Amino acid sequence: MSDPEIKNAVFKILRRIAPEANLDQINSEENLREALDIDSFDYLNLMIGLHEELKVEIPESDYRSLGTLGELVRYLAGRLR
Amino acid sequence: MPSLGADMEEGTLIEWSVKPGDRIQRGDIIGVVRSEKADIEVEVYHDGVVDQLLAQPGETLPVGAVLAVIREEGQAPAALVHEAIQPAPPAPAPSAPAPSAPAPMPPATRLRVSPLARRVAQELGVDLGQVQGTGPHGEITKEDVDRAAEALKKAPVEKPAVAPGFRADMRRAIAAAMARSNREIPHYYLETRIDLERALKFLEAENRKRSVSDRLLSVILLIKAVTRALQDVPELNGYWIDDQLQPKEAVHIGFAISLRQGGLVVPAILDAGRKNLDELMQSLRDLITRARAGRLRSSEITDATVTITNLGDLGVETVHGVIYPPQVALIGFGRIIQSPWAENGMLGIRPVVTATLAGDHRATDGHRGAQFLTALNQHLQEPEKL
Repeated sequence: MSDPEIKNAVFKILRRIAPEANLDQINSEENLREALDIDSFDYLNLMIGLHEELKVEIPESDYRSLGTLGELVRYLAGRLR
Repeated sequence: MPSLGADMEEGTLIEWSVKPGDRIQRGDIIGVVRSEKADIEVEVYHDGVVDQLLAQPGETLPVGAVLAVIREEGQAPAALVHEAIQPAPPAPAPSAPAPSAPAPMPPATRLRVSPLARRVAQELGVDLGQVQGTGPHGEITKEDVDRAAEALKKAPVEKPAVAPGFRADMRRAIAAAMARSNREIPHYYLETRIDLERALKFLEAENRKRSVSDRLLSVILLIKAVTRALQDVPELNGYWIDDQLQPKEAVHIGFAISLRQGGLVVPAILDAGRKNLDELMQSLRDLITRARAGRLRSSEITDATVTITNLGDLGVETVHGVIYPPQVALIGFGRIIQSPWAENGMLGIRPVVTATLAGDHRATDGHRGAQFLTALNQHLQEPEKL
């Protein structure tokens, strides 16, 4: 799966969580929680959505290193390789 | 017309989900009412048969107006009534100044909308007033809503999806409730810092055993510990009504949920005191999802016996909240921070949260409040017992 495909999958889930957000304007190194005003419940839903969509189960211990879109895409690319 | 908030004066019937002759059971949803803050599904509290529907969708009626007649099974139908029965005029108001009159609502247009279509429209942010119905008698169907949502996607993005009027109404409702609270309730505030190391280690070990969809959030431990501490100090769980404290046995935790379109609602996790951690997580997930989709039930809006507000996600360290009347306490949690912590003569770094209690001084005093925070701390030091 290519990085743009992973990014699209992430955006698909984020659109459900933050439907009013303009995702195209997110800087890939910006903190997702702050940029989209998402709380821990939304973040958990993002992790659940990624598991359903990409079949990747992200351990909770990895959450703190997955703050930005760029970090998330790189992490998923590594797991999906 | 049920009262769905401390300062709700009137509501608009959006739709009935039953018809005369339908059998209903306690807990069934019979219709949807719009308050200033949200659309709320109205539950019934008795088994019976729908005898008459007195209010019409689109009608705005004062709290207390009779919307429908429900008779017991086997009972003869009542004499036919043709309109909603207005409540008796209220007794003269006490000396507190009356809240300013709400701005006039836009005239309610009667739309024929299937319940499924209404829900899908809420989820997709589709304005039903802009949708052309193609169902029987022009009823708006789910397919109509799906088509409108598709058209919205193609159209240039315009924010927000929520009508400005709704946001103003919600702001006004929050303003009225909070102004009443500050006017009537003599608040006292206490706070304590709690070491969460044991609790978070317990949570980490629990979550390691679980699939991602079954994981618990740290706020679940906080909620559970609050219910335990309220069982130790029950005076903080209840209402101040008729100049006296009325403690409640069941613990219904009102949980402040911010809405993406602005504002907040405080629905209750019903019977939180009887729920284990998994059940609490399931309840909270369900409640947040429905609150943000505008699908709360009347009992969830009216039955909270105490409120928790958790602003930890926003980086705030300490929360001094405003009690939601007629409740007598509000518990606030801030962000969990890594902080120097001295224990047994040793200095270390621990995850620490500041817990605050806003108490109604008419109902309790600082001594009981302090006992509550002490109990809360103790329960969080023994997470395996939660």
